[in-house]
Amino acid sequence: MSLDVLTFLFVGGSFALYIGIAIWARAGSTKEFYVAGGGVPPIANGMATAADWMSAASFISLAGLVSFIGRDGSAYLMGWTGGYVLLALLLAPYLRKFGKFTVPDFIGDRYYSQTARVIAVACTIVISFTYVAGQMRGVGIVFSRYLHVDINTGVIIGMAIVFFYAVLGGMKGITYTQVAQYCVLILAFTVPALFLSAQVTGHILPQIGLGATLDSGMSVLATLDQLSVDLGFSQYTSGTKSTIDIFCLTVALMCGTAGLPHVIVRFFTVPRVKDARISAGYALIFIALLYTAIPGVAGFGRVNLIQTLNGADGSGASYEALKTEAKWFQQWENTGLIGWNDRNGDGKVQYAAGPAFDAKKGKPAFTEERGEYGQRVATNPLTGADFDANKQPFANEVYVDRDIMVLANPDIAQLPNWVIALVAAGAVAAALSTAAGLLLVISTAISHDLMKKTINPNISDKQELLYARLAAIVAICIAGYFGINPPGFVAQVVALAFGLACASVFPAIIMGIFWTRHNSQGAIAGMLVGLVSTMCYMYYFAFGSGTPDQYFLGISPGGFGTVGAVLHIIVGFVVSSMTAAPPKEIQEIVADLRIPRGAAEAHDH
Amino acid sequence: MSISNEQAQAYWRENLRIIMTHLAIWFVVSYGCAILFVEQLNEIPFFGFPLGFWFGQQGSIFVFVILIWTYVFSMNKLDEKYDVHE
Repeated sequence: MSLDVLTFLFVGGSFALYIGIAIWARAGSTKEFYVAGGGVPPIANGMATAADWMSAASFISLAGLVSFIGRDGSAYLMGWTGGYVLLALLLAPYLRKFGKFTVPDFIGDRYYSQTARVIAVACTIVISFTYVAGQMRGVGIVFSRYLHVDINTGVIIGMAIVFFYAVLGGMKGITYTQVAQYCVLILAFTVPALFLSAQVTGHILPQIGLGATLDSGMSVLATLDQLSVDLGFSQYTSGTKSTIDIFCLTVALMCGTAGLPHVIVRFFTVPRVKDARISAGYALIFIALLYTAIPGVAGFGRVNLIQTLNGADGSGASYEALKTEAKWFQQWENTGLIGWNDRNGDGKVQYAAGPAFDAKKGKPAFTEERGEYGQRVATNPLTGADFDANKQPFANEVYVDRDIMVLANPDIAQLPNWVIALVAAGAVAAALSTAAGLLLVISTAISHDLMKKTINPNISDKQELLYARLAAIVAICIAGYFGINPPGFVAQVVALAFGLACASVFPAIIMGIFWTRHNSQGAIAGMLVGLVSTMCYMYYFAFGSGTPDQYFLGISPGGFGTVGAVLHIIVGFVVSSMTAAPPKEIQEIVADLRIPRGAAEAHDH
Repeated sequence: MSISNEQAQAYWRENLRIIMTHLAIWFVVSYGCAILFVEQLNEIPFFGFPLGFWFGQQGSIFVFVILIWTYVFSMNKLDEKYDVHE
């Protein structure tokens, strides 16, 4: 069967499955809509959490990122898994005992303040929207490459599917769809990873394969180091960022992960406090299955990429030959995510360090024209062949977008067509499951936290459910808009989401649980300081006139959430100590949420 | 609430001790081995990996999984000890 038919079958089949589940698990009440009725078994919740958490960024982008930056990628691998330890130990059991629906619920009630609630709602909405934009773009990339529709049509199809099961099913529909999506995405990531590992190293497990010795007698990592250095890149196993920057980035990613509203809300869906802890344990096992395979996929992909692009003798592969032997090169070139600029005019593709096109990150700006070999012509090629001949054998002529590594890997390694189709279905599953979870959090924040708890407490359960569905529809449309017109700064915006979660939501919840004396004034001051300092810093360096040599202590914007969190804690502590202690009933609530018993009857309103 | 105030405080203290032990290991493995002392550990080969690199990309994730499960089991025991389990 051809790749197109197979992809259509795999992606279409998975869609049919999700819709079937959505119809089976429709939500009838607000409780079912918000927290799936609070009766999800821990293992199912673990899978749903894993699918909710592992987004297009984990599935599509992370292996590519590690592949291109080597050891510095550890910050992301550890940050996005280590956060679960914080969640399990410091947040999930207590929030479950608290027994409400949302993060703003906790912050509003614990700090007995509508102002605190509204700040938490604002954080939730900003964090979730920035995230959703990236997911829709992921769906668009997959559709445009494999189903030959344009990115916009792909985004609209994705919106329609999410609309169907998020709006109908609410949390209940989403939870059971996410279980199915987890199965699809883990299969889709693992199968090619096993193939790749077996092909490159002879070991079937990529976790072991990455440490294996190749036929040449060198280990995979030593080979990667050698290849990287020969081409003018830095060594794969050493870092280029400063220790403090990596340290802060890891803290921001870990605390940010633990503070993401769409992840936290998953722990409200289990029956008991004990189950909240167990779900976090299952969730991390399911996440680790994918995350521990990522370094292998990244490493093998890098070796294959370099060897294919530079040919067997390392002097470059001719573009004509690539057109027949490595069709993926031109297919990805057609989507604009690969670009070739024949700087030395020898008709060969040469890949080395440095940009090939004159733009930020070396991105080509393509025209509709084709060059003499059929390659796409860009308006911004770098001309001449100036490069440091002591460091690399030739000037770089290729732009490869990091995001294509996972999707292109099976192509590059010439795996069977069904594997490629499976990867496409997996990538869509990863993007849709996260998008659905985020949309639910946004709609809950609006219908429950804003409408019911702030503006009009008298609305009925039915009206609230209607508002939730309306808010979900509006949120899907906005997300779709961002998918079709992606802001050029998706990466910075996602860093912003983590930074904000780390500097605002995470410390507010932790202090609320572990420090009985913390009061509303302290919490509000802390959240505002964390929020404003992090936003200003990121804005100044990502969109303003900031340059890296002005970084505070050398910390890049991605890691600044850590500083924001420290400021939040200090200001919160000082302001709280100078003002009156919280009322007695609040102190009793805190004492109560530390004891597991009694959570079974999750209090409604 | 079925348990007395003193018992609730004793339960909370033991809970905090369990959390601190787990977080100490969590910190040493990720921030210690994979970030602060990565260069020193990279001198040590470990099944084809430089050790610091292995901790950053594989080892710490395995340890995180183990940590959550040992926490789950210690807390289940603690809940029974103080009779606050569900």
